[in-house]
Amino acid sequence: MRSDRILAAVIAVVGFAWGAGTAHAYTVYVSNEKGNSLTVIDSNSLQVLTTIPVGQRPRGIILTNDDKHVLICASDSDTMQMLDVATRKIVANLPSGPDPEQLNLNPKGSPVYVANEDDNLLTAIDLKTKKVVAEVGVGVEPEGVGVSPDGKTVVVTSETSNMAHFIDADTYEVTDNVLVGQRPRFAEFTADGSQLWVTSEVAGTASVIDTKTHKIIKVIHFAVPGVQGEYIQPVGVRVTKDGTKAFVALGPANRVAVVNAKTFKVEDYLLVGKRVWQLAFTPDQKLLFTTNGNSNDVSVIDVPRLKVIKSIATGEAPWGVTISKE
Amino acid sequence: MRSRLPNCWKRPLAAVFLGFLLSISASAYAADSDGAARPASPAAEPTLVPIGYLKQEVKELIPLSRLNIKPEDLGIAGAEIGLNDNNTTGKFTKQKFLLDVERVPVDGDAVAALHKLVESGHHFVLVDAPADVLLKLSDSVKDKDVLLFNVSAPDENLRQEDCRANVLHTAPDLDMLADALAQYLVWKKWERWFVVSGPYPEDQAYLKAIRRSAKRFGATIVAEREYKQKPGARRSDTGEQLIQLQMPVFTQGVPSYDVLVVADRRGNFGPYLPYRTWDPRPVAGTSGLRAMSWHPAHEQWGATQMQDRFQRFAKRFMLPLDYQAWVAVRAIGEAASRTHSGDFAPINKYIRSDQFDLAAFKGRKVTFRKWDGQLRQPIIIAGPELPVSTSPQQGFLHEHDEVDTLGIDKPESKCKFK
Repeated sequence: MRSDRILAAVIAVVGFAWGAGTAHAYTVYVSNEKGNSLTVIDSNSLQVLTTIPVGQRPRGIILTNDDKHVLICASDSDTMQMLDVATRKIVANLPSGPDPEQLNLNPKGSPVYVANEDDNLLTAIDLKTKKVVAEVGVGVEPEGVGVSPDGKTVVVTSETSNMAHFIDADTYEVTDNVLVGQRPRFAEFTADGSQLWVTSEVAGTASVIDTKTHKIIKVIHFAVPGVQGEYIQPVGVRVTKDGTKAFVALGPANRVAVVNAKTFKVEDYLLVGKRVWQLAFTPDQKLLFTTNGNSNDVSVIDVPRLKVIKSIATGEAPWGVTISKE
Repeated sequence: MRSRLPNCWKRPLAAVFLGFLLSISASAYAADSDGAARPASPAAEPTLVPIGYLKQEVKELIPLSRLNIKPEDLGIAGAEIGLNDNNTTGKFTKQKFLLDVERVPVDGDAVAALHKLVESGHHFVLVDAPADVLLKLSDSVKDKDVLLFNVSAPDENLRQEDCRANVLHTAPDLDMLADALAQYLVWKKWERWFVVSGPYPEDQAYLKAIRRSAKRFGATIVAEREYKQKPGARRSDTGEQLIQLQMPVFTQGVPSYDVLVVADRRGNFGPYLPYRTWDPRPVAGTSGLRAMSWHPAHEQWGATQMQDRFQRFAKRFMLPLDYQAWVAVRAIGEAASRTHSGDFAPINKYIRSDQFDLAAFKGRKVTFRKWDGQLRQPIIIAGPELPVSTSPQQGFLHEHDEVDTLGIDKPESKCKFK
């Protein structure tokens, strides 16, 4: 075990030195909701590199396409902060509106879309000009933001209206509203753009929506032996690029469900830390990081083997996670 | 918002709208850039869902604390914010919810007020009235397409022998509240209770609930005492000195206990107990640590957003009755959006079905119990400033659903709907 770690560290160092090693070292950023900080983790050594203080109650975070900045929803600071990862300084505050929680980027790199729970709005902000380019009225308490791989469609979920709102990314018109289970919290397009996965925290389900017809093709239910149904509260969901598997964070059930993304059958439940919120793959899709809000750690899942291989202590109440492309 | 519904908007018209709505799918709509939905067909009019709110005014003493003076719009503001939520969703489902408030003065005719609402097309009416008035209202519309939501009366009999098929209760009952508090006290290992009650029937009803909870969860009532003195003037210039002497004496000479549990629903003397007991003990029940459906500082499970928008709207804190009214209006909204209907039958059926669930900032869905129409909901345990916990507490197990450890469970139900 120890020699593995040393080896990994050596590989990481060598990888850094050569610019491209065989085992790629990505940088993992985790937002600590109560700690008001980001924990920075090396994906190779699985060690914490540093902790960066940020605004109040950081939740949704995402790296810009060039990996140079982390955009942070600082919910209690009512702003979206832009962190320069090189200098580890906040270099800009973007006009997100009050209480931003989740965000997503257009694949072109801009704009960034942020859900304003308090105002029933989705706000689009241009990253170059740092100006609001559009505000779209949606349902009550918008939260999860998904963007189609072609960048043409933005989906925002509204927690009290229980809808996934489809928005045209060019005209900013709401083109459709699909009713899903109670308190939809997260929306994720599949890599081929054909499906949208939406988790419903209070209903305890995940809905798979056909993005052409906007029909729900499957509602996935979860049942963890020995865990009462009320504790199954899906939040984060990620689908592998090849479209074979989906991972769903089940909140206070302390499990990540492994779903066969072709048959929609739940194949496994992986025990992670307490109150699992969000998930992120490394770009090579070999590892999946989970943020565990009540145990103050992240779990690392070996994706090919479907095993939890490590827990890494973070700051207080880890919530969001984003991983570098390089 | 509080528009009076014209007489022409009655059921036949709603049925026409229903037919229209069923003929189109949600995806037939587009929306302009400010998000206001517009129909694909310019002729489309929204389905109207009128909701009534009947408030029976009651004579009450001014509370001992100025902090507890009831806002004029208590409950009604909760219904209105629920209406706003429904209408934000309704923009996308082409449904428009309306709220009409009937305030019945003390000694006024609540039945006539209800009939006025029903005759003007309101099939869903929130009732903020004492239990006896609620029963009269329920019986007066027994043969009509009317569903009443009891948003305020916590009386046990409304869920037991006097339950009614046309009433759903979003207000928690006394048994739920007592059970929620008892679970926390037992979890805290404050298992020896000194119970103090007022002389009024409502105090005795809560006392009964406290005794029941003690038995259910293994607490011991070491002593019971009744505070018989009826309230005089609310204050006098030197009143506090007197109380400082009275309360220790009143709580003197009881066997060793962990917590004083007070049943004083009118708030005549209970608020005087904290910090004044003979023995240094915490106070719980109707004063001190209390069980409630909502607390203005509850911020778990997304409640921050609810509190924010309520405060922006009502310019005051959100109180339990506001929440109970909000839940009722949201239940109607949720059923209307799921059934694509504004009509009585489908909405009434959906709310009572297994499909119905509602996210209501309690960390789990809320639903209605089939056996007595009571809203199944976690209960907040709170001090004056902050929530302390939420019940059910861990370790109180139930074969189906832990939240059914609060209140009247199916095997105990005496409710036979009529």
